[in-house]
Amino acid sequence: MSTTVEIQQLCKQFGPFTAVDNISFKVEQGEVLGFLGPNGAGKSTTMKMITGFLTPTAGTATVDGFDIMKQPLAAKRNIGYLPEGAPAYPDMTAWDFLDFIAEVRGFKGAEKTRRVQETIEKVNLSGVLHQPIDTLSKGFKRRVGLAQAILHDPKVLVLDEPTDGLDPNQKHEVRSLIGEMAKEKVIILSTHILEEVDAVCSRAIIIANGKLIADGSPNELEAKAPNHQAVTLSLSGGEAASVRKSLLAVKGVRKLEALQEAEDHLSYQVYPNQGQSIIADISTLAREQQWPVTEMHVERGRLDEVFRQLTV
Amino acid sequence: MDKIIDKDMLDNIGVLFKRELQSYFNTPIAYVFIVIFLFLSGVFTFYLGNFFGRGQADLQPFFNFHPWLYLFLIPALSMRLWAEERKSGSIELLLTLPVTVAEAVLGKFLAAWVFTGIALLLTFPLWITVNYLGSPDNSVIFGGYIGSMLMAGAFLAIGSSISALTKNQVVAFIISVVVCLLFILSGLPLVLDFFTGWAPQFLISLISSFSFLTHFDSLTKGVIDLRDLIYFISLMGIWLFANIITIEMKKAD
Ligand SMILES: Nc1ncnc2c1ncn2[C@@H]1O[C@H](COP(=O)(O)OP(=O)(O)OP(=O)(O)O)[C@@H](O)[C@H]1O
Ligand SMILES: [Mg+2]
Repeated sequence: MSTTVEIQQLCKQFGPFTAVDNISFKVEQGEVLGFLGPNGAGKSTTMKMITGFLTPTAGTATVDGFDIMKQPLAAKRNIGYLPEGAPAYPDMTAWDFLDFIAEVRGFKGAEKTRRVQETIEKVNLSGVLHQPIDTLSKGFKRRVGLAQAILHDPKVLVLDEPTDGLDPNQKHEVRSLIGEMAKEKVIILSTHILEEVDAVCSRAIIIANGKLIADGSPNELEAKAPNHQAVTLSLSGGEAASVRKSLLAVKGVRKLEALQEAEDHLSYQVYPNQGQSIIADISTLAREQQWPVTEMHVERGRLDEVFRQLTV
Repeated sequence: MDKIIDKDMLDNIGVLFKRELQSYFNTPIAYVFIVIFLFLSGVFTFYLGNFFGRGQADLQPFFNFHPWLYLFLIPALSMRLWAEERKSGSIELLLTLPVTVAEAVLGKFLAAWVFTGIALLLTFPLWITVNYLGSPDNSVIFGGYIGSMLMAGAFLAIGSSISALTKNQVVAFIISVVVCLLFILSGLPLVLDFFTGWAPQFLISLISSFSFLTHFDSLTKGVIDLRDLIYFISLMGIWLFANIITIEMKKAD
């Protein structure tokens, strides 16, 4: 049977303040779900409820068929969790810490050593194994936290900002690691890096003020961008007024925005009517008019614009 | 807490116990604690307790000071048990691992208790000294060690439970000292005299029966009375239970 994580009408109240407000979603095996949202949106709070650290005020979270409140141990066995800030026991060395985690996860003897070693290789920790975690740099601490989460090869991974503080190479490594593991797992991660969503997530959820305000694949979300499907056109000369006029005359063009109008450089963004493609007509027009085109492309719409539009 | 003690539970307690005990020796805590414990034991016994002047071969002066020694040393040990986990955020890691709160509480408590036991065992030169100087009743000394160990356990259970209430170790220390002090004072003649004359006798004996001193004294005299054992063990049970409930109700701050 395939693994799922299902959240139903989850709410969390801190006194009078509602941190998570009626969030529901279901994640299937093979999906990598990204949580996006401004600071204080409720991403970490939601993760704390999924992993059984916080008790929801209302609603349920079910991990691989086990209700986290009713069968916490069975659910927790299937979860690997990297909490926000990657807490660990600072006076332990990375090796001792992972050895402890392996023991709690029920591994013994040679199998335990093998697991710990394998995990250390996966997250490139070998250089700092015998240093107290206290003295590790931020990125290495994060990697220890990640190692701890994946050590038992759990069916469900919940990672709160897994690449925060990592250098670009490590970010890349961790993203490929997530990609490799994605197939046989449910992975839920939060991030403030929107390129990361494109790079690793098959689906993204935007949370703001505790509410779920968007849910879809990165492409679907990008389609909500104001400039989705708009055409950007740059010319190395020409008469601005006539270029504008011809562009606006193209069928399906809704409006036009001048990015730059200088003597030897004209640049426009041309917006189509909802759902229409205008690039073919514009390129025909440019050829007919023999415009000196230096650049022409279709905007996909950028996630950060969608994000700003939805959450500001 | 939905199941009775089984092998998984013992395994988990064992793993948590081992980590916790190891952590005392990873930090200066172990060495500072042991050195101060031995030093103060020596000072109290030989200097304040007039060990040589009494002309008796026993460890009575040594044990008499234990409640006062523990009053400050045990809260210093127990204050970090949960407050530190809260402060560093590792409590989130610990409680999302497949272990129950009861296992975590017991694992930590047992580690602290065994650690105190190690410190106590290291006072063995005193025992050798009295045996060299005279011929003490070793069963009385044995009773004293048992009593001291049980009393330490009760102090630790109180301290652990209070440490679970806060993320501030200093606050945990001060409140623990005050609560432990109440448990000692309720047996002092000074306090009991305050009640005699106007309070009914049963109330006075009730108050004094709550005291560590009342129960500890008889153990150090070599009288191992079941009631004293039950007193200390149930005290530990009650406070550890409160500890479990506190963490269960208030995992995150
Ligand atoms: N224990 C708590 N008591 C009171 N309020 C809390 C508590 N924990 C979180 N909150 C509040 O809940 C809200 C959501 O916090 P949360 O940590 O889930 O945000 P987040 O989306 O993870 O933000 P970030 O992107 O900064 O990590 C915040 O306003 C926070 O102040
Ligand atoms: Mg967060």
